[in-house]
Amino acid sequence: MMSYDPAVYSRILTGLTLGFHIVFATIGVGVPVMIAIAEFLGIKRGDPHYILLARRWARGFVITVAVGVVTGTCIGFQLNLLWPSFMQIAGQAIALPLFMETFAFFFEAIFLGIYLYTWDRFRNPWVHFTLSIPVIIGSSASAFFITIVNAFMNTPQGFTLSGRTITDIDPIVAMFSPATPTKTAHVLSSAYMTSAFVLAGFAALALLAGRKHVYYKKALRLTMITGLIFSLLTAFIGDLSGKFLAEYQPEKLAAGEWHFETTSRAPLVIGGILQENNEIRYGLKLPYALSILAFGKPDAVVTGLNDIPPDERPPLYIHYFFDTMVVIGSLLIVLCIGYLLFARKRRSAKGRELPRWLLRCTVWAGPLAMLAIECGWIFAEAGRQPWILRGYMKTVHGATTADNVDWMLLLFSLLYIVLGFTVWAVLRKLFRSNSAEQEMARRGIEGGEPK
Amino acid sequence: MTIEVIGITVLWIFLYGYLIVASIDFGAGFFSYYSMITGRKHLVHGIIERYLSPVWEVTNVFLIFFMVGMVGFFPDTAYYLGTALLIPGSIAIILLAIRGSYYAFSTYGGTKDNPLYMLLYGSSGLLIPASLSIVLTISEGGFIQEQNGQVILQYAKLFTSPYAWSVVLLSLVSILFISASFLTYYADKAKDAAAMEVLRGFAVGWSAPTILASLLVFFSIYKHSPWHFEGMLDIAWMFVLSFLCFLFAIYLIWNRRKLGLAFILVMLQFAFAFFGYGAAHLPYIIYPIVSIHESVTSPTMGVALIIAFIAGLLLLIPSLYLLMRLFLFNASYVQGKTGK
Repeated sequence: MMSYDPAVYSRILTGLTLGFHIVFATIGVGVPVMIAIAEFLGIKRGDPHYILLARRWARGFVITVAVGVVTGTCIGFQLNLLWPSFMQIAGQAIALPLFMETFAFFFEAIFLGIYLYTWDRFRNPWVHFTLSIPVIIGSSASAFFITIVNAFMNTPQGFTLSGRTITDIDPIVAMFSPATPTKTAHVLSSAYMTSAFVLAGFAALALLAGRKHVYYKKALRLTMITGLIFSLLTAFIGDLSGKFLAEYQPEKLAAGEWHFETTSRAPLVIGGILQENNEIRYGLKLPYALSILAFGKPDAVVTGLNDIPPDERPPLYIHYFFDTMVVIGSLLIVLCIGYLLFARKRRSAKGRELPRWLLRCTVWAGPLAMLAIECGWIFAEAGRQPWILRGYMKTVHGATTADNVDWMLLLFSLLYIVLGFTVWAVLRKLFRSNSAEQEMARRGIEGGEPK
Repeated sequence: MTIEVIGITVLWIFLYGYLIVASIDFGAGFFSYYSMITGRKHLVHGIIERYLSPVWEVTNVFLIFFMVGMVGFFPDTAYYLGTALLIPGSIAIILLAIRGSYYAFSTYGGTKDNPLYMLLYGSSGLLIPASLSIVLTISEGGFIQEQNGQVILQYAKLFTSPYAWSVVLLSLVSILFISASFLTYYADKAKDAAAMEVLRGFAVGWSAPTILASLLVFFSIYKHSPWHFEGMLDIAWMFVLSFLCFLFAIYLIWNRRKLGLAFILVMLQFAFAFFGYGAAHLPYIIYPIVSIHESVTSPTMGVALIIAFIAGLLLLIPSLYLLMRLFLFNASYVQGKTGK
């Protein structure tokens, strides 16, 4: 049993809440984009299958939004309840993006309600499609603004701190800190990417279960192509993020890469085990790769951990999270390319189906992409330890001093377990009790090959 | 007006907005459950669901706005309340989480009529206001102790305080009253006479307890915080107006006339009381530790927040108007003729 330390429990509880929220937040940001693309294609091509796809995705989406909203409320309040000293200082500096995040969320909430309840209200289908745009703007903008808050914690600027008083706040400078561009872009593109793969997984599941309807093939094709585009984009922005880290947070990059000595031509280590006195065993070393990742030049000098004061070094376990994220991202790109190759073969030879192993891999793509999101997030957050406000405030000084954080941790764990199971059960029931084939029959959508 | 006065006014407006929309929402959940167990579900459930489905998410935002604004304008308040309210705050958000998600599960998840989901959704709606109203109690002062740099909420004092219990009581009954008077109007608009009669009964039934509970709160403020009570006496006209609005609203509901106006009067009744209560509380946010003057340390941020707030309103008001046009004031939707 751990002795009671509110800072430790606060960290665990915040991590738990965010880790749970991120799953639904990612879906909340990405899926509206996918719904809108499907509806657009459906109207444009006059293909009712795509419209049905959009409708069915939207129906499941509401359930996840509900959990996203309530867990988002949880984290919003927990920031105050668990980190009052941090919020007393940073809260003012980040009040503007927090405020705007809420506005964006408000905007999304209004239009999501309208979008969901007006499918058959307008004679012109484009009117309904147009309503999806404010939903996308709202969800992406709220992700954008909340990531700005996180970017500020990584590279705080735009204020003066003396004791516990913060003065001379420049809201705009604080908002557009050096971490802002890469962080927000990476969060958005990885959310779009993950949502595409989650939805691809459902289409692949249906195909694996022997459903032959062209509806599922269209769903798979649409999600895999968007998945490929967004994962390429994510990888590109990820590379920019590496360059950002090398310049502004070298300790995070060095800890993530187990890079101890400051050297030029730094190698990139994949996997491996860290021995005592920082020897790396079993790792795959790619020469020059870290210098290229950090500065785009093979002979650039990369700061090593030994040049960082010991009490400011991030934990070394973040290496595994970084590797997992990158490996999953790369595998997903390979999967999409594989899918495109097989799909092309299939079209040239009629009647040939996609290989089952490819579909099985696709089923795993969604959960894996989500795992990559979690890993990337843990890498980013644990990588700025021991700071809560890098260079200004250590995490232990931001935490609450209140008793009973351990009990709250228990309560919230129970809540998330219950919510997690119920949301799974509800979604399962929702789609099992009303299959796409049944719905097509009911709506009078013909089932053959498209014209 | 100074920045801090604008700031607290903005926050108070959001809290009032939350009070109204959340009351309708919480009350509706309770009535929905209550009518199910008393076998009148078929009468009112449709009305309640048609109203709530498109707007439940919006309700949550008001509360978050209030919290974010509090941090931005008055970070010291956030510090004290954040530390002191760990347990009640956590319980309130767990209840909010249960309520919001089980509402969505039972409405959109095809698991309608699941009595467990309905119970969770209906009962949490009554517990949330009770736990949130603790903030109002604490702000009167005397419940927070600061020792060796540690902020402690004195639970024993809180749970034995007549003032705390009178606020809880008022929040419960006013939720049911506000909700019932809105739903009566909504049912009337839907030309659903049977539902209107049931809901009207609720509204009339909860009107007397609302006034009695308000008197109780007045009396306990007088006992607990004489400084606040004196401030309220200075603007007694607001409370008189509040009471007149209440009388007129009940007159209309009783006679089944102009139910829309009746609901507006109920809103005014609470507006006068709520803003009167708040104005008399100034300049203190938490008596006597935090006042509005020592809190805003950065005028630039204050101005930026106010600009963002105005810009946000320019975006939100037309959107809210659209939402209301489509769902609240669209005759065919309200009457259930337009499908989902």
